Amino acid sequence: MSETSENRISIRARLPAFLRRADPAVLTAFGCILLLLFLSSLYSSNFLSLNYLLQQLKVASFLGVVAAGMMVVILLGHIDLSVPWVMTTGAMMACAAAGFGGAGPIMAIPIGVLCGAAFGLVNGFGVAYLRIPSMIVTLASNVVAQGLMVVYTGGFSPQDSAPPAIRWLATGFVIPGLPNAIIVWAAISAIMVFLFTRTSFGRAVYGIGNSERAAYLSGVDTRRIVMIAFAISGALSAFGGVLLAGYASKAAQAMGDAYLLPAIAAVVLGGTSILGGRGSYLGTVAGVILITLLQSILSVMQMPEAGRQIVYGVVIIVMLLFYGRAPPNR
Amino acid sequence: MSEWRYWLNEQRGTLMGLAIFLLMFTVYIANHPAGLTANVAQTAANKGALFAFVAMAQTLVVITSGIDLSVGMIFVLTNCLASWLVVGEPLPTALGVVAVLVAGMVCGAVNGLLVIYGRLQPIVATIATGAIYFGLALLLRPFPGGSVNEDLADALTGRLFGVIPSSLVLLTAAVLLVWLPFRRSKIGRAAFAAGSSEQAAFMSGMPIRRGKFAAYTLAGLLAAMGGLFLTFFTYTGEAAYASGSGYTLWSIAAVVLGGVSLYGGRGSAIGAIFGAFAARTTGDMLFVFDVDPLWQPLLQGVVLMIAVSIGSLALLRVRNRLDWFL
Repeated sequence: MSETSENRISIRARLPAFLRRADPAVLTAFGCILLLLFLSSLYSSNFLSLNYLLQQLKVASFLGVVAAGMMVVILLGHIDLSVPWVMTTGAMMACAAAGFGGAGPIMAIPIGVLCGAAFGLVNGFGVAYLRIPSMIVTLASNVVAQGLMVVYTGGFSPQDSAPPAIRWLATGFVIPGLPNAIIVWAAISAIMVFLFTRTSFGRAVYGIGNSERAAYLSGVDTRRIVMIAFAISGALSAFGGVLLAGYASKAAQAMGDAYLLPAIAAVVLGGTSILGGRGSYLGTVAGVILITLLQSILSVMQMPEAGRQIVYGVVIIVMLLFYGRAPPNR
Repeated sequence: MSEWRYWLNEQRGTLMGLAIFLLMFTVYIANHPAGLTANVAQTAANKGALFAFVAMAQTLVVITSGIDLSVGMIFVLTNCLASWLVVGEPLPTALGVVAVLVAGMVCGAVNGLLVIYGRLQPIVATIATGAIYFGLALLLRPFPGGSVNEDLADALTGRLFGVIPSSLVLLTAAVLLVWLPFRRSKIGRAAFAAGSSEQAAFMSGMPIRRGKFAAYTLAGLLAAMGGLFLTFFTYTGEAAYASGSGYTLWSIAAVVLGGVSLYGGRGSAIGAIFGAFAARTTGDMLFVFDVDPLWQPLLQGVVLMIAVSIGSLALLRVRNRLDWFL
């Protein structure tokens, strides 16, 4: 046993410093992205054009924002299943607020995000203070959000087309050639990295993920941290919904349905443990890009939806079998 | 003297599920214009049975402290498969039924292998296999369609002796043939033990792996029974993503309403059946109270929210704050 571990150390020692410190899962994910690009370039060289890649990053940024929120919750060892309708709620409320005129258009984005944060707070309260399993409380609030939106859009028809400000945020250009959505994603990523690595909140999140009892005994108000984490997740889901509404130029029912499972998959493919406490934000970025690229390449190759779903599932399983396995024999 | 108290304590979750269901069903029947006729009971039983099969499947996996997010997709896949195979003369129909059930078991077994030998976390492994199963369902039925042996379908969704809904007989059969043997066998006991403490079960030499594998495989079987029943109910096969994920999510809700612990090791498929029927009755209730259908999802969500919050009353009994954190 000692021999093999020595061997491993010597191999690691020979690597350059930045590789030695890197998480193998993150490296694998980035490696898979390169492999995917290489394979697709054999199919058509258009896949390597700057235009295509920027377009993919733009599409990825919606998933990226949602996955950033999901990651906070997964690091705690919880999960947020309320993503689909919280996204839709954020988008619909933002569009509706813009329709009121006056200060509406200015307040549209904050209102959408605040609605998401409110749902997140409800989730967080249920998980942290009422100690309901996160899976079930977020499931219930997803149904409540759906119910509210159905009543809201059915009772009277609010404005559902996205106001110019939101469209600009998702599709406009501040820097020529670089879509705003990518800048927004980069900004949120920077904030998340700061939060995870430089604040006591981030430390507490990792601590709670490893052992909530230990974190509590070390004087962390774990319940408050858990509630805030869910609020962040809700707010980011709603913000992702707002961006998506800007991209599609309108808010529609069920627009968030396709984002729940990819968001969880992206976080997990990036090497974050679903049990919490372990994972790096860079991995989540890699996971998001990987999933978006995979979906896009399969659809460009005109593979039917059925084949896309199968490939998608198989790729996730194969990658997880490489590095997502639990240690043997607990 | 204390024998029955142990039994009562063990069955508390199931009895709670039964109580919730009875309460809701009584209110429903009391306000139904026709009252409790054979017809009303048959419709309620048929709709509830669909949920109940999927909820039973979810129970088996949840007991091992896992979760199966692919049950809804197995349900959809077997529905599509049945719309191809369960047709024609009695013999091909029978073979078709067997093939569909075996297909469901294979799906469940794949989940089990990935979780047990692949050592993947159940949540992510079943998300991925769910995508695969849904892809296969789409391959089988790109558009809704197909047919089913209608004589068999009518018999199984109709009434026995004019009174008893056949779907309830089917559910009872599933309980007697799948759940009870599993619950009473050594392997089933190992599945429970693995759910309540995998380490302790390992140290005591329980066959954990076989127990978990059996739980996942039988979950596939039960989901396939649900898919088969859906085909009998609708006469067609349809690969609808929304219905698959909806059934998965409501199966988790039903399991919780039926008193099965999401932390594993505690609960009964019978409780999950009551949970499923209770969840189903919520939807029907709004119909008899003549609520605008627009409000239905919201009220369902609020009822679900209240139902799951009831469990947190147990917090009031916690003496040591460290017991908050399981």
